[in-house]
Amino acid sequence: MYATRARQAHPEPFAIRPSVAERLGLAYMDGTLALSAIALAAFSVLTLDQATVSDVPGAPDYFVERQVAYMGLGIVGMLLLARLDYSRFRELRVGLYTFLFVSVSLVFVFGFAARGSRRAFDLPFFSFQPSELGKLLLVLALAGFVIDGARRGSARQRTVRYLCLGLAPAALVFLQPDLGTSLVFGAITLAVMYVGGVPWTHLAGIGAAVVALTTLVLVVAPAVGTPILKGYQEERLTSFLHPDEHAGDAGYQQNQAKIAIGSGETTGRGDRATQTRLDFVPERHTDFIFAVIGERYGFAGAALVLSLYALLIWRALRIVTLSKNSYGTLVAGGIAAMLLFQVFVNVGMSLGIMPITGIPLPLMSYGGSSVLATFLAVGVLQSIHMQARLSQRGRFAW
Amino acid sequence: MYLRTGERSPQMSNRLALRLALFGGFALVLFAILFFRLWQLQVLSGEEYLAEANNNRIREFRVSAPRGEILDRDGKVLVGNRTSLALVVRPQRLPADAAERRAELARLGELTHTSLRRVRRTIAEQQEVAAGAPVTLRRDVGDYLVYYLQENQDEFPGVEVQRVFVRRYPNGTLAAHTLGSVGEVSEEQLREARYESLEPGDRVGQDGVEYSYDGFLRGEPGLTRIQVDAFGRPTPSGRLVSKAPVPGDNLQLTIDADLQAAGDAALSGQGLYGAYVAMDVRSGQILAMGSNPTYDPAVFTRPLTQSQVDDLIRDPVAAPLTNRVIAGLYPTGSTFKPITSIAALAGGNVTPAESIYDDGVFTLGGIDFRNAGDAAYGSLSMQRALEVSSDVFYYTLGDRMYPGTDLQKWAGKLGIGREAGIDLPGEQPGLLPTPAWRNELYGERLTDRPWSAGDNVNLAVGQGDLQADPLQMAVAYATIANGGLVPRPHVGMQVEDAAGRVLREIETKPARRVRIDSEWRDVILDGLHDAAQSGEGTSYSVFGGFPVPVAGKTGTAERPPHADQSWYVVLAPYPDPEIVVAVTFEQGGFGAETAAPAALEILSEHFGRTAEPVSDGAGVVE
Repeated sequence: MYATRARQAHPEPFAIRPSVAERLGLAYMDGTLALSAIALAAFSVLTLDQATVSDVPGAPDYFVERQVAYMGLGIVGMLLLARLDYSRFRELRVGLYTFLFVSVSLVFVFGFAARGSRRAFDLPFFSFQPSELGKLLLVLALAGFVIDGARRGSARQRTVRYLCLGLAPAALVFLQPDLGTSLVFGAITLAVMYVGGVPWTHLAGIGAAVVALTTLVLVVAPAVGTPILKGYQEERLTSFLHPDEHAGDAGYQQNQAKIAIGSGETTGRGDRATQTRLDFVPERHTDFIFAVIGERYGFAGAALVLSLYALLIWRALRIVTLSKNSYGTLVAGGIAAMLLFQVFVNVGMSLGIMPITGIPLPLMSYGGSSVLATFLAVGVLQSIHMQARLSQRGRFAW
Repeated sequence: MYLRTGERSPQMSNRLALRLALFGGFALVLFAILFFRLWQLQVLSGEEYLAEANNNRIREFRVSAPRGEILDRDGKVLVGNRTSLALVVRPQRLPADAAERRAELARLGELTHTSLRRVRRTIAEQQEVAAGAPVTLRRDVGDYLVYYLQENQDEFPGVEVQRVFVRRYPNGTLAAHTLGSVGEVSEEQLREARYESLEPGDRVGQDGVEYSYDGFLRGEPGLTRIQVDAFGRPTPSGRLVSKAPVPGDNLQLTIDADLQAAGDAALSGQGLYGAYVAMDVRSGQILAMGSNPTYDPAVFTRPLTQSQVDDLIRDPVAAPLTNRVIAGLYPTGSTFKPITSIAALAGGNVTPAESIYDDGVFTLGGIDFRNAGDAAYGSLSMQRALEVSSDVFYYTLGDRMYPGTDLQKWAGKLGIGREAGIDLPGEQPGLLPTPAWRNELYGERLTDRPWSAGDNVNLAVGQGDLQADPLQMAVAYATIANGGLVPRPHVGMQVEDAAGRVLREIETKPARRVRIDSEWRDVILDGLHDAAQSGEGTSYSVFGGFPVPVAGKTGTAERPPHADQSWYVVLAPYPDPEIVVAVTFEQGGFGAETAAPAALEILSEHFGRTAEPVSDGAGVVE
């Protein structure tokens, strides 16, 4: 739907020998984006270090070591991806999509069950959760499909096609069951469609359908005796609306997280933190890590972390506008939406304004697949940024 | 959102720019929501959440303090303590799920060898009495059970073992009514100022000196604060604060345990409901007091069974918990005559030497008032009238004091119909009938006639509407004997710490002073002495052979529909008494038959002397 962008050459006034940074490709990266991602990762290591000291007997650094290893891997991956031209992913869309579909499906066959849910492969040295990487794969593939199909079929046909492409993997993930990740898939799909120019009327229709579906799932289906969600899922989704009634169950977790964050006050309780140190807040190193930050470092620390996320997402949105081609715009938009959705839902959950959906906080929550996938996503953003800069300067990296 | 025109690609359509601007605005709104919420939680209401977090992690355990011991005047232990391990269930902390709760209670039942039904009933019963309070399932549990429960704490939420101090009564029922009992503080009591610092489940004195001196005896519970994790397990080095319990102070009573034992035996020996009190006539110190039927205060150290409740609380006739010394209200019969004497002498209605002719009948308004046994004593002075207990003499005085209120005024001054102010709960004022009282009732149509001369005549011999208890009679006699100091009776002597250092002497100032001429006192004491120990005296058969000179008066009061109330009040030694003993028995018949012998036993113990039997008594006619 967009005209292919003409590459404009800006003749250099002087021939300058490329510097080391330039040769490494670092010169054209978005430094702010990279720094905010790395700062968040560093904050994650600091928090995990203090919050999980006594979690694994005899191995005080168990979680930190693993998180740092994945971060290292993620940063290397980010640098590598930055130097690639992301546009190749557009050509690989069918392969990426197939890989996404197969890897998510294979979990049903080979995955190991954790708490009644099959989400990850247990490989010799680590476990891998395909749906985390799947978020990025979905962005890359779906953006490709949107660009590719921009002139085929009517607007309505296109809308239906994008929806089906996006919601099919979401449905698979939902069946694992992993409600949170399937919601992220849904958010990505909508964002790519939105940036891709799907008519407002269609978007409004989808919005109405979402509302109707939510009502059906949460209110109508349980009422007529054919619940679609599992009991704990429904309870988690609705408990934040009336926390006191559920003080013993799902509401308990959220209530404890709220107490933890509130008790941090302005400057935090540091090592005197009790809520997150004495097991009152469950899943404190994964889904509720923001509660640990809130209690330990107070408003000062939590606001700093939120600001880093704001910075990260601002840079992502800026890259959307810089992109040299429509594919880059769509990809960057999808990644920005993915980050925004996860940050808002996860932090909102800890703050008691969003339901418990089991969505990790990108770059902060303990979890290799998530950290790796997020850094790779940042790498793709860097690639878009770099390609835009290079095209402005009339150069190609390779 | 960043949309610097210079960097924007020129191809970007306006439609896309709009969409991206909206996207950026949306992101901005979401972050604003998060920031605002964060600020609200941490900055605006952070303190509340901090308090909640502390509430989460800190468990306070109260460590009960041993109550002070209660000693008799010679330091003998009347009430001590022993420790006991109690199995306590906190119903609110039991599992909410019915099946889980049932399983836990069933296991608890197995461990304590009680059926599930019984465990549930115990909890239900105690909850009915004190809703929300911890339920003591069993006291005196063995160590093995304690260890087992501590090792398996996770399986028994809501169950605790508490080390508690339990009252120990080495002398059984001795002085039960004076000592009183200890029980859990009730919901109503917690609202009172004196129990301000207490919490539900704390034990306080509920009766007797345990109640009135609770503030001294109670001590201060210790407090241990422990930091726990989310599962209620104490964290390592999590002991935050601990304050040792402060044991209560000891209370020394004026009670003489030996005299008390003799009195209790004399009282129960008659097999009748009744009461006695032995008091120092000057200081008001109670040397012994008892009420029959009595009870074993140790029953209150365990949850009461239904049959115990029926026996102790639901029997209004026997009422074993009632202390009849201060709450047993009866007409006093002839024991009232010394009081009438004082009133008549003080009002000038008679002189000590004046003689009145007793022909056996006193006629008033066409009604004959006769002596007991229809006796006629001829010409009598007051001393002689007291010796033989002439009713006609006192009918005459009662009539002379009508329509005035000298009799009521003096009886009131001497302590009749009012609380003596003893340091025990539950004292009753009784009733001293006055014209104003009866006329008011008549005005409200609650009685059939106004005050008349007949009422005064009846009151003069301790009959009619008069209601007094043994303590009031002891106070009145003591006041006459000591020349006008109305003693304030008390059982508390001093408060000591555990080492025996006196912390506080209990005040013994007389309640008030009344003017009693020594001439009046002498004629009354002489008359009472004759009544007890001269040949024609009404209680000569009992006290005639007692080597210590005494002055005592019998009383036989009509108390329809019951049989006569038997009374005896005695001062000893005559003529300068140090002790007064008042005894009364419900349905005890003539004063000389039941009350006087009991009083003799008490005085025998007090003076260490026994009475010789007398062959020739003047009979028991009053």
